[in-house]
Amino acid sequence: MSGIYVHIPFCSKACHYCDFHFSTSLNLVEGVISCIQIELKKKKHLLSNKTIKSIYFGGGTPSAIHHDFIFDILNTIKENFNLSKNIECTIEMNPDNVSPELIRKYYDNGINRVSLGVQSFRDCDLLYMNRSHDGKQAIESLEILSKSRINNLNVDLIYGYPTLDDKSWIENLKILTGFNVHHISCYCMTIEKKTALEFLIKKKKLRPLEPDTGARQFKIARDFLTRNKFTHYEISNYSIKNFKSVHNQNYWNHSNYIGVGPSAHSFVDNLRQWNINNNKKYCDQIHASKKFYQKEKLNRKNIFNEYIFMNLRSFKGLDISHCYKQLKPNEIKDFNNEIKKLENLNVLRKKNNLIYLNEKGMLISDNISSRLFLV
Amino acid sequence: MSYSQKNIRNFCIIAHIDHGKSTLADRLLEYTKTISERELQNQLLDDMDLERERGITIKSHAIQMNHSFMGTTYTLNLIDTPGHVDFSYEVSRSIAACEGALLIVDAAQGIEAQTISNLYLALENDLKIIPVMNKIDLDSADIESTKDQIIDLLGCDGSEIIGASGKTGQGIEQIIDAIINKIPYPSGDSRGHLQALIFDSVYNPFRGIEAYFKIVSGSIKKNDKVKFFSTGREYHADEIGTLRLEKEPKEIINTGDVGYIISGIKNAQEVKVGDTITSCENSCKSPISGFEEVKPMVFSGIYPVDSDDYEELRSSLEKLQLNDASLTFEPESSIALGFGFRCGFLGMLHMEIIQERLEREFNMSVINTVPNVSYYASLKNKENIQINNPSDFPSVDQIEKVTEPYIKAQIITKSDFIGQVMNLCIEKRGVLTSQVYLTTNRVELSFEMPLAEIVFDFYDKLKSISKGYASFDYQADGYKSTSLVKLDIMLNGDQVDALSSLLHKKHAFTIGKKICIKLKELIPKQQFDVAIQGAIGSKIIARETVKAVRKDVTAKCYGGDITRKRKLLEKQKKGKKKMKQIGSVEIPQNAFLAVLKLND
Repeated sequence: MSGIYVHIPFCSKACHYCDFHFSTSLNLVEGVISCIQIELKKKKHLLSNKTIKSIYFGGGTPSAIHHDFIFDILNTIKENFNLSKNIECTIEMNPDNVSPELIRKYYDNGINRVSLGVQSFRDCDLLYMNRSHDGKQAIESLEILSKSRINNLNVDLIYGYPTLDDKSWIENLKILTGFNVHHISCYCMTIEKKTALEFLIKKKKLRPLEPDTGARQFKIARDFLTRNKFTHYEISNYSIKNFKSVHNQNYWNHSNYIGVGPSAHSFVDNLRQWNINNNKKYCDQIHASKKFYQKEKLNRKNIFNEYIFMNLRSFKGLDISHCYKQLKPNEIKDFNNEIKKLENLNVLRKKNNLIYLNEKGMLISDNISSRLFLV
Repeated sequence: MSYSQKNIRNFCIIAHIDHGKSTLADRLLEYTKTISERELQNQLLDDMDLERERGITIKSHAIQMNHSFMGTTYTLNLIDTPGHVDFSYEVSRSIAACEGALLIVDAAQGIEAQTISNLYLALENDLKIIPVMNKIDLDSADIESTKDQIIDLLGCDGSEIIGASGKTGQGIEQIIDAIINKIPYPSGDSRGHLQALIFDSVYNPFRGIEAYFKIVSGSIKKNDKVKFFSTGREYHADEIGTLRLEKEPKEIINTGDVGYIISGIKNAQEVKVGDTITSCENSCKSPISGFEEVKPMVFSGIYPVDSDDYEELRSSLEKLQLNDASLTFEPESSIALGFGFRCGFLGMLHMEIIQERLEREFNMSVINTVPNVSYYASLKNKENIQINNPSDFPSVDQIEKVTEPYIKAQIITKSDFIGQVMNLCIEKRGVLTSQVYLTTNRVELSFEMPLAEIVFDFYDKLKSISKGYASFDYQADGYKSTSLVKLDIMLNGDQVDALSSLLHKKHAFTIGKKICIKLKELIPKQQFDVAIQGAIGSKIIARETVKAVRKDVTAKCYGGDITRKRKLLEKQKKGKKKMKQIGSVEIPQNAFLAVLKLND
């Protein structure tokens, strides 16, 4: 299973919490898109005899640029890679970009999945986050998508910030599940370094996050969604049957993928590469045929650690015998000790040689992963 | 060169840290062509990395120079002295080996506490003092005021003070002339029984201990059989010689001269600073006076973070002891920390140095427990016990009387800070014994105070209240009766013996509270609540809670997030590895010294 990620580094407005790479100036769109096409050809060999099962346009806001740019990239992909017949092809959209015409064009050009950045249906929340849309547009976009031929819809929601009380959070979940959505990503608000959110909270221009809200609302979402036919299959992801995200699972399974565009990451045969996160420099280096990425080969310990981290998060369970195979005898002793301690702390459970986090464990999964790491 | 006792000059340098002793010494070596400029590694006399970083000479050394003056060649032995209060006995022996001293005072900073106490030592030993005002090239040099301070202190004539600069080389020639003309040559009967004063030793991993000595009477020859007076042990003088830039082997060393002896001694504890070397066949009747066994003043437990490293820690401490005889250690065990060692140090700086050397030179990850001084307790059953460890502290109903070590402390500060310094010392149970104005705005305050109070955050507080301007020195001053309690710390109800401390009754309550608050800061959130309690006897005096970590989970984990997060968590795991697990609670190394950081 292999995938292609395309990073479209443009947005119409900067959300306060976002630490992904993007620009709100559309000057360089044309140049970046043509460089992405060059990069795709340069990276063709990495997945030369593999079948591509997923293409994902992320960002940024891919729906904020003209659709023809997206189709140009799709054509380049089609010309240079072997695509699976039942490929998952996703585009991230903002509600204010959704129109019946655009959705039809996307669909006609092979896009069969939309990931819609709703975040909340309430204007006060959207204002806190500095989103480009309002609650009304969120509802309208969902109505349009429900009537469209897109038959695989993900919606992102964010919880755990001061304007959203528990009651409103449940209300958001209720509104959303009233539509025909197949997949929901619920992200806890996180203050990333060097974001506007960090700055504005520090300057007391925005209310700070309260420490317990995130944990409480995580449970609320989990209770609500699992009672409404959704399976909780990764820390932040829920889906109805047969609609788990192919693309995301690709990441978590350590499968190969290439990422193209400024700041995108690739992972092929335990080699990770990441592109320059500056639109102009990215273009200049591509045109000059100079190095536009850094790389890192994962060693045994890194591979083991990522296996632990992602398998605990994605609820597939840690396969103890698989872990043993990668460990040296003295490491097995430490590993077992840690597992025993964690069992005593009642944060995980064992079933058929697999280890799973329980709800308490999910909330501290970073802490648990780190304990099991090899360093 | 023919030997003449009359042509020998033995001198040391008395200076406060940072007053430029090492640079000036380098200049002397350069001027006398003992080393060329090219060989001159800055501050040659401090040769441990750690010393160079801290800018202090920990172990003293000696170096010999030759200088031709008016047609005669003179032998000048510079005996370097350690510059910190913890090493005052070693300083006293170095001084005892000299006939003269250069008193170096920084023209920009004036006289400091250590300068004075070492100067008194020198005067007690009848040394000829040559006053040198250093760093006169600095813009900030206050030449007139510094001159007045020196005149006040020594009662000398202003014209005797040599203005110098280690940086530019100014005044070096006058210093050399003064050394030759003013310092008396060493007395002593060259035909008498051998008496040589050991003033220092270093450990040479290939050849054993090198002892440095000054011959007070008689002479020593290669292959002589010699005896060390205090231990009574006998050795063969495999090699003797003088200390130039490199060791220079000699057949004989005569009265008044300074040299080294190598005799295959493996253990530094056999070579005691202040001891007398004499000849086996023709032994002197009595040793050179002034010998003292150096006793550790401060004790602390040292434990390996990983209990598997216990044997490695032992061997590291043994190696450290080879070149640092003032370090003592004996095995002890703690319920919380397992097996480790109770170590004795000369003072707080010495303790820090040992801890740092363990980490740097031996790559050991260790936990230091709260240091304490050595107490004596008389029990109701008439038994007398020494207490070097909080866990040795008997229950209150058995105790008749406890005594604690006192010191005489001298503090020199700007007169602006007198109030604050006095308040600090009084808060630290000090009693003011004298107050002397050195100049109109510099004052020397003398106190009698318990040594234990210096162990806890005294230096830092003194530095901060005086904006770094106060200097401090102390000497041991016997034992006095005291009122002591043991403060215990409990984590989730279990007493952690390694966090116990002995405190004066007057402070126990406030310090106990502060310790609990500090521990709350230092102990990271765990997967459950951690209750921290401070108790004296069965009475809980303070309680704090470290709340459990409720949520620690990455929200988004796609492409680039994976690497970034993995690296972060790997770093966290490395940090955790350095923590000590006690029961189910993970405690970072620095928490065990929380009591020392109450004001951070």
